[in-house]
Amino acid sequence: MAVLVLLTACAKPDPAVMRQTHYDPWEEENREVHSFNRSLDRAVVRPAGKGYTKAVPDDIELVVTRFSENLSLPGAIVNNILQGNGLGATTDTYRFLVNTTLGLGGFFDPATELNMPAKTDADFGQTLYTWGINEGPYMELPLLGPSTTRDAVGKTVDLFTNPLTYALPSPESYYGTAASVSSGLSARGQYSDTIDSILYESADSYAASRSIYLQNRRFKLGKGRDETYLDPYESVAGDPYEGAGSVYEDPYDE
Amino acid sequence: MNEFSRRKFLGTGGAALAAATVTTPAMALTEAAARRLVDQVVADINRVISSGKSLGGMISDFERIFRSYADVNIIARSTLGADSRRASPAQLRAYTDAFRGYIARKYGKRFREFQGGEIVVRSVRRARSWQEVISTVKLPGKQPFEVKFLVSDKSGSDKFFDMIIEGISLRLTERDEIGAMLDQRGGDINALISDLKRAG
Repeated sequence: MAVLVLLTACAKPDPAVMRQTHYDPWEEENREVHSFNRSLDRAVVRPAGKGYTKAVPDDIELVVTRFSENLSLPGAIVNNILQGNGLGATTDTYRFLVNTTLGLGGFFDPATELNMPAKTDADFGQTLYTWGINEGPYMELPLLGPSTTRDAVGKTVDLFTNPLTYALPSPESYYGTAASVSSGLSARGQYSDTIDSILYESADSYAASRSIYLQNRRFKLGKGRDETYLDPYESVAGDPYEGAGSVYEDPYDE
Repeated sequence: MNEFSRRKFLGTGGAALAAATVTTPAMALTEAAARRLVDQVVADINRVISSGKSLGGMISDFERIFRSYADVNIIARSTLGADSRRASPAQLRAYTDAFRGYIARKYGKRFREFQGGEIVVRSVRRARSWQEVISTVKLPGKQPFEVKFLVSDKSGSDKFFDMIIEGISLRLTERDEIGAMLDQRGGDINALISDLKRAG
């Protein structure tokens, strides 16, 4: 019991001396990467995204995004299997089969129209999470943006977990990459206001993107695996304080 | 660790354990009441979205919704974090007013993105001393996403004290933002208040 109390005491530094509650020992280096990413966004990605959204008709944009999402499914299936998530592997497989055949290679999305279960978006970072690997320090990666050490490893492995990379002959295997770059630009254009508000309107764009990324990523990690989603703040499994509670602290208690 | 601190430690731990077992929260707020509140909020929001009002109109509508259904006092105090303890009551009041306007401007202008969309309340579940009401937002041509409202009656009436979009809590995100603003102003709460009146 005392050990437990001690651990909790250590894990929660006195809020009076710390405004930041994120584990970010490499903040200085991360901030340098952030300012690089931000200038890259301002100079290239943002204008390209806006230009793309403006130049390409909405229907085509949607088709390209769907195509890219469909190609991401085999990788998700592999990760569902690695996670022991048989249901997710099955629903993603059906989705891939339906959209590849009826959806003419993924350009259309009949699976959603048929009300099939939503795609799981499983990735290797999530697989590491289910294997009990710690999130690790926060990291901002060049080009790729906010991440954690665990997700950085996950992203690297994901380059290799998609079976299509091996199955497709050389020129076709690049279609997926091209489509995913295009759908990335499309997202940058479509969510322009949201991303702009984080990068250019917040008091500290580094702290804002870190906070938003970590909250959203932790939410997604727990999603689709359990009805009451897992604790995104990932306390030790079997923690007595977990379960019935919520991940949010009670502001009325402060 | 010496004998004294160890004993003190065990004592505190024991007291904490006792407190934890004794205080099973008396649930005053029912699921039905929480759901009723969020149904009202959602109906109001859906009305604003479909009204096709101007930007200014949407911002003032959002401020009205925020004022009547949200516990702005606790949200504001919570975003100030530990610094709320050294703020005077007058400062806290001024901060809360400035914060309300700031939130209305910042999020009210984003309401336009919801146009053509719809929010549907899906389920309610109990968590600690509050209720979590889960809703789905459907926007044309986009994947539906989850918005969760945390509802409590600790203010004396049923109010929501957080709104969580795909896991991103408005309150915790603004706490980081306000913390950054305070850091940039050397912890000066008055400077924060006067700048907040224009921010958003």
